[in-house]
Amino acid sequence: MTLAARIIPCLDVKDGRVVKGVNFVDLRDAGDPAEQAAVYDAQHADEICFLDISASHEGRGTLMDVVRRTAERCFTPLTVGGGVRAVEDVRALLLAGADKAAINTAAIKTPDLIDAASAKFGAQCIVVAIDAKAVAHDRWEIFTHGGRTATGKDAVAFAIEAVERGAGELLVTSMDRDGTGAGYDIALLHAISSRVRAPVIASGGAGGLQDLVDAVKLGGASAVLAASIFHFGRHTLAEARAAMKAAGIDVRPL
Amino acid sequence: MNVTVIRTGLSNLGSMVRALEECGAAVRVAEKAGDLDDAARVVLPGVGAFPEAMARLERDGFADALREHARRERPLLGVCLGMQLLADEGEEMGGAKGLGLVPGKVVALKVAEAGERLPHMGWNDVRPRGRSPLMRDTPDGGDFYFVHSYHFVPDDPADIAATTPYCGGFVSIVARGATFGAQFHPEKSSRAGARLLANFLAA
Repeated sequence: MTLAARIIPCLDVKDGRVVKGVNFVDLRDAGDPAEQAAVYDAQHADEICFLDISASHEGRGTLMDVVRRTAERCFTPLTVGGGVRAVEDVRALLLAGADKAAINTAAIKTPDLIDAASAKFGAQCIVVAIDAKAVAHDRWEIFTHGGRTATGKDAVAFAIEAVERGAGELLVTSMDRDGTGAGYDIALLHAISSRVRAPVIASGGAGGLQDLVDAVKLGGASAVLAASIFHFGRHTLAEARAAMKAAGIDVRPL
Repeated sequence: MNVTVIRTGLSNLGSMVRALEECGAAVRVAEKAGDLDDAARVVLPGVGAFPEAMARLERDGFADALREHARRERPLLGVCLGMQLLADEGEEMGGAKGLGLVPGKVVALKVAEAGERLPHMGWNDVRPRGRSPLMRDTPDGGDFYFVHSYHFVPDDPADIAATTPYCGGFVSIVARGATFGAQFHPEKSSRAGARLLANFLAA
């Protein structure tokens, strides 16, 4: 085996609670992100991702508690994104137990934050999250605020800049595909992964197991992030791993 | 089994403490250098950049306390950056001296094969070289979680306890006497990681 492609279940968290419910049985509290993360940990998720969509200050405080409780019971890496605006926010997440912090809007608005956070904590724990929409053939623009706000920034050019500034990883989400289950935007993934040396996480659109395979084989992604195909029991992590292995992708031998 | 985990300031200790507790250890967190005086075993975790982490260890007195701990041949495990800090020096961000407990230096990983990306991030093989007490009874094809851009190059090949096939192959475990270093994160490496921590607790 060589470096394994990672399968990353992602939970959207608001005010300390999971936004989209998960159909797991045997959970004492199905809305508690730490509980759900523990289930994915038991299924050998390669990493777990929380994306915080809390708007309020109180919500952020609750998130820290969630991260702390998750890190104390999950012995697998945890990435947390959403609302990271300053170096201090990254520090708070890492101290709470996140292994990596994902910076989204703030990295677009203030790219210097990438340099500062990377110098302080090391590139390995700085993920830059890029939400992109196709605006022409083979051209994607970065959008913020859940896809509502256009930034005028070219996604591929910014991806290159982010890695040069010290991003250790890129979380690339297609806003066109997010929530559709129509598959990842393979052209977007390929356009970025072929131009940066850092690993790329595919996000937005996974609807079936072949989508995971395509993201790695055709899109050049090092990891696949998905929410609903795992949350709603459509597929287990073991099925995802088996499908990728059958397609000739290196996965963790379990 | 008692084990002391050093609070290095930049890193979260929750996962490490809990993982050690899962292995049956009584864990104490060292807040100051004096806490190492009577420590049977010490874990040095690490996140961040080499020069800043080393400056903190020197400033807080942990560096000398760790050297004394190693001189007494008491078990020490450095994890990730904590492993790298065992070296004589590191070249990251202009360079800095390390603890000097395992002779060698820390240099940047360099891509050797098409498709390799940096940082080296994710689950990869750890292949024991010789009889490595840390790797005893770890699952076959034992995979561990890595996230790093630099790697340890020991001066003495006898200090190499395991390697990992990435960027031409790098040293993923060093062992010199009772001093050990793991480039990966055992506390984030599920069952294989728990096994390795249990092995350290038995060392």
